[in-house]
Amino acid sequence: MQENINIFITAVFIENLALAFFLGMCTFLAISKDVKTALGLGVAVIVIQAITVPANNLLYQFFLRDGAMAWAGRIHPSLSTLGNLDLSFLGFISYIGVIAAMVQVLEMVLDRFFPPLYVALGIFLPLITVNCAILGASLFMVERDYTFTNSCVYGLGAGVGWALAIAALAGIREKMKYSDVPPPLRGLGITFITVGLMAMAFMAFGGIQL
Amino acid sequence: MLRTKTADVLFGPVFKNNPIALQILGICSALAVTSKMSTAGVMCIAVIAVVACSNAAVSAIRSYIPSSIRIIVQMTVIASLVILVDQILKAFVYDISKQLSVFVGLIITNCIVMGRAEGFAMKNGVGISFMDGIGNGLGYSLVLMVVAFFRELGGSGSVFGFQLMELDRNGGWYNPNNLMLLPPSAFFIIGIFIWILRIFRPEQLEES
Repeated sequence: MQENINIFITAVFIENLALAFFLGMCTFLAISKDVKTALGLGVAVIVIQAITVPANNLLYQFFLRDGAMAWAGRIHPSLSTLGNLDLSFLGFISYIGVIAAMVQVLEMVLDRFFPPLYVALGIFLPLITVNCAILGASLFMVERDYTFTNSCVYGLGAGVGWALAIAALAGIREKMKYSDVPPPLRGLGITFITVGLMAMAFMAFGGIQL
Repeated sequence: MLRTKTADVLFGPVFKNNPIALQILGICSALAVTSKMSTAGVMCIAVIAVVACSNAAVSAIRSYIPSSIRIIVQMTVIASLVILVDQILKAFVYDISKQLSVFVGLIITNCIVMGRAEGFAMKNGVGISFMDGIGNGLGYSLVLMVVAFFRELGGSGSVFGFQLMELDRNGGWYNPNNLMLLPPSAFFIIGIFIWILRIFRPEQLEES
């Protein structure tokens, strides 16, 4: 329990995917002009992270890692050679496949059962497939060797952290409309500098140890 | 005529239409690897190779791809190339590939690769697409190397690991600015880079 709380807090604040690892920057900068859309995208990212990270964890534990398919031998003796395989080099293509498939499934489920939410999130869902934050979280999960429970917590935490960062940036950018920024710095330039200042603020969480 | 077009495609993205500074593409996986020039250099080579090859490959099969599944096809091509690059890096420069950790894998979701495959390679021939890939890779590399240069020089007083300014903890005179090694400095440097670029190229100014 303690360990999971620790993973969650670390993922949200200390190792924030957007501000400490620069992940998902393209959408982060492009879709943070107003708070409402930013929140919509943030929620979509939380949902997808919380589903895909555990799903990729299962995929890694039972198919890809060295000797992961030992269970095949128990089903039928002739399959036991599968247990010697190390398919971890197929990781990238499998994770991105799972992410694309999950996004598609989620889109259909939302469309069928929660039409209002589908309308609200609709345009963001396809964008999320190519959001580096999603693939990044799965790759970090593999690199850090998380268990299934850890990966559920980590996925949720990573999503929440990213959503928090984009909502905060959108809030700042809304206020910035009224400030007098030098013309060459307007738009992208000042946004980068704002994000840099936000990243510095988030570094203040760095010393937290639970 | 042909030669000028190739040159345009090759060098246009470096200054005139830089993918990072103007199109906000591909910043995602770029910044975390820029605290040292050697890692940034390897990352640049990897990205140039992937963009150029994926552009050529997508362009070669463009007339056989049904448009409804084109994203998946492009994704598969790109992911396969990235796996190839990752295996090569692991085999030949293992230390650097450890430092790059997940960021090699994140080339898959680098918007430049996807954007060029979708925006250029689907409409143009193999040769010109390959050149366009190299050009965009170079544009990306330029920003990456500039950022890495300032971060390594300011943060550890060296360039490509070669000590230019002796650090005070080793008996020299330079007191390193540790902020340069931390994430926020990359944002500041890119912000300033865009600022300077736009002072000289006013046509890139944004209305707001």
